[in-house]
Amino acid sequence: MTANRKNSREIVEAGLARRRRKEATFRATGMLATAVGVIFLGVFFGTLVMQGASAFKQTFIKLDVEMSESVLAPDGDLDLAYADFDGLVRDALRRGFPAVSGRKERRELYRLVSVAAGYQLRDELTSDPSLLGSTITIWVPASSNVDMLVKGNIDPAIDESLRPISDAQAGWIESLQQADRLETRFNKALFTNGDSREPELAGIKGALMGSFYMLVVTVALAFPIGVAAAIYLEEFAPRSRWSDLIEVNINNLAAVPSIVFGLLGLAVFINWMALPRSAPLVGGLVLSLLTLPVIIIASRAAIQAVPPSIREAALSLGASKMQVVFHHVLPLALPGMLTGTIIGMSRALGESAPLLMIGMVAFIVDVPGGFTDPATALPVQVYLWADSPERAFAERTSAAIIVLLGFLLIMNLAAVIIRKRMERKW
Amino acid sequence: MAGMTEMKITEEEAMPEARSADSAVEPARHRPMGATARKAVERVTELGEQTVGEVRCENPFIVTENVDVYYGDNHAIQNVTLEIGKSEVIALIGPSGCGKSTYLRCLNRMNDSIESARVTGKIALDGQDIYGSDLDPVALRARVGMVFQKPNPFPKSIYDNVAYGPRIHGLAADRAELDDIVHTSLDRAGLLKEVKDRMDEPGTGLSGGQQQRLCIARTIAVNPEVILMDEPCSALDPIATARIEDLIDELSQDYAIVIVTHSMQQAARVSKRVAYFHLGRLVEVDETDKIFTNPRHKLTEDYITGRIG
Ligand SMILES: Nc1ncnc2c1ncn2[C@@H]1O[C@H](COP(=O)(O)OP(=O)(O)OP(=O)(O)O)[C@@H](O)[C@H]1O
Ligand SMILES: [Mg+2]
Repeated sequence: MTANRKNSREIVEAGLARRRRKEATFRATGMLATAVGVIFLGVFFGTLVMQGASAFKQTFIKLDVEMSESVLAPDGDLDLAYADFDGLVRDALRRGFPAVSGRKERRELYRLVSVAAGYQLRDELTSDPSLLGSTITIWVPASSNVDMLVKGNIDPAIDESLRPISDAQAGWIESLQQADRLETRFNKALFTNGDSREPELAGIKGALMGSFYMLVVTVALAFPIGVAAAIYLEEFAPRSRWSDLIEVNINNLAAVPSIVFGLLGLAVFINWMALPRSAPLVGGLVLSLLTLPVIIIASRAAIQAVPPSIREAALSLGASKMQVVFHHVLPLALPGMLTGTIIGMSRALGESAPLLMIGMVAFIVDVPGGFTDPATALPVQVYLWADSPERAFAERTSAAIIVLLGFLLIMNLAAVIIRKRMERKW
Repeated sequence: MAGMTEMKITEEEAMPEARSADSAVEPARHRPMGATARKAVERVTELGEQTVGEVRCENPFIVTENVDVYYGDNHAIQNVTLEIGKSEVIALIGPSGCGKSTYLRCLNRMNDSIESARVTGKIALDGQDIYGSDLDPVALRARVGMVFQKPNPFPKSIYDNVAYGPRIHGLAADRAELDDIVHTSLDRAGLLKEVKDRMDEPGTGLSGGQQQRLCIARTIAVNPEVILMDEPCSALDPIATARIEDLIDELSQDYAIVIVTHSMQQAARVSKRVAYFHLGRLVEVDETDKIFTNPRHKLTEDYITGRIG
């Protein structure tokens, strides 16, 4: 007996070194894997922020504009909708650079400021008609090429023919800078405008609202349907071949490529039900189909995690099945269900492929004001901008991605907080 | 012949368990055993169809007649006939896996929620067939309360735990009446003093013994006629156990109590009758004194003297 015991102790001790080595190797591998992941993430976020940060700023030029009646209303009556505000801007630029002469040169000069300048003047005059005839000092957005040069995204050293800014323009910009007539400020337009062909006017508000309306539809449909399905499948459905089949199909559905849901949406919602194309309503319907399996699976897991002893306690007191579910199971499973829903929603928010199928990839300038207005979504906007040739859209693409990631981060944080807050110990 | 085969299985079942106990103790155990065995009169040895002892009682409240329970193909309860009287405490004892919990759960139809479980035979509560089509298990469970092995308070306040039953059954007309039910139930469960200033705290924050008394309070708040207890003290220390046993004693004046226990001492202390189960069969039922002093079945004797289980 004692000999035996001593023997086994020796065996254990002999094997100890090997066990420790294994453990150390495993730990090192794990650390390496984590490090690789963190590095990739760092590179990803780093480049994104480096490219996108400048999009949150925009270059502005200070102009002294004379609200000349002779330009705005050459024949006496002023029609704000058709008045030539661009002419005012051109006048102001010409007065700023009196030395510039010749058609071609002047055209280049005019191209320093954005077309937004004219709209801005119109807005000024609309809000204060007494300005007519006076001279006002106003900051107007520079054109995107000027913006790029100022931000250093265009290299002035390369050959003139290879860059969108001519030497003359570069010179004018420099003189503007010296006269303190050029400034970079926070790019409000990025958050208040819809899409535009002009990068300095393009904003994400349209896409943001499109995504918002879609997610509203998705939450309103997918959460109640998903939770109800999960409760039914877990608590009420008899175990049979049918319920097994349904379970397998739901799990499969969660893995179906999202573009397939887009095709389904196109066939069912647009072609058959004749819902409008490009509408957040249809996008929301498609995304609900997409997130439904995720929510059902998460909700079922949450229901399964409710300890059976709680059910038994309630049943033994004479609670009916419904009462057990609604008084005990649901409150305990709710945090898990909400977490699953938020994760499903963040997946929906990041989805672009199915939206391409239902026409949400159109160029839409107006910010959608409802569920049936044409709209795009944030990831689709990213796709659209990434496809644009202008250099200025590149930084806006990154900026849109940063905003998208910000929302995803907030949603996932909310999921964590809900779980922490609501999860009770039992 | 059938009895013989079954007996063999019994011994095979029993032996490894006996061996698993500290082997040094075993010979010591056998000596007094042999002495008692010699002193006793002739005993029934085979595990047959027939239950030894008195399955009937004077004033039967629960009557189970030829009850069989199957879990799929597993015949967990075999032809059990037993009567349980009004305001009596009956203890169910027997080795692990013999079907005590299964039998207990037949009495309030908790087996309904196990999909593979199938119950046949007749079980009547106060003359009413509880598996009859006209009886709703919800109504039955309001009359037959249950306390589980592991304390399982709801993750709600102490007050809400006790008030839950009366609330769902609409037993209280107003808040004052509900307060009254909660207080009396907690008082009868011997918990009121300890919790009366913390009624809003979670029931899960109590100690194990307190939780179990909370569960008992929750059960009696519904004012049942029968209380089923499945090893209610197995997770408790001796002091908490003693309190619960006192409580059972007190409750037995108003309720029929069926208690499953692994502790022979507990069975001896609290019960009026004892039923010994073995491999799904009810082997012997009798007055507690008789069972413990002079069991009539060999298996019962083996069990209570510590040779099985
Ligand atoms: N839910 C179930 N599904 C299938 N078989 C079960 C189930 N519950 C119990 N059984 C089987 O029924 C038999 C009796 O089990 P039961 O729980 O009634 O024993 P017990 O006497 O209460 O044992 P213990 O003293 O260990 O609690 C066992 O063979 C067990 O495997
Ligand atoms: Mg048991």
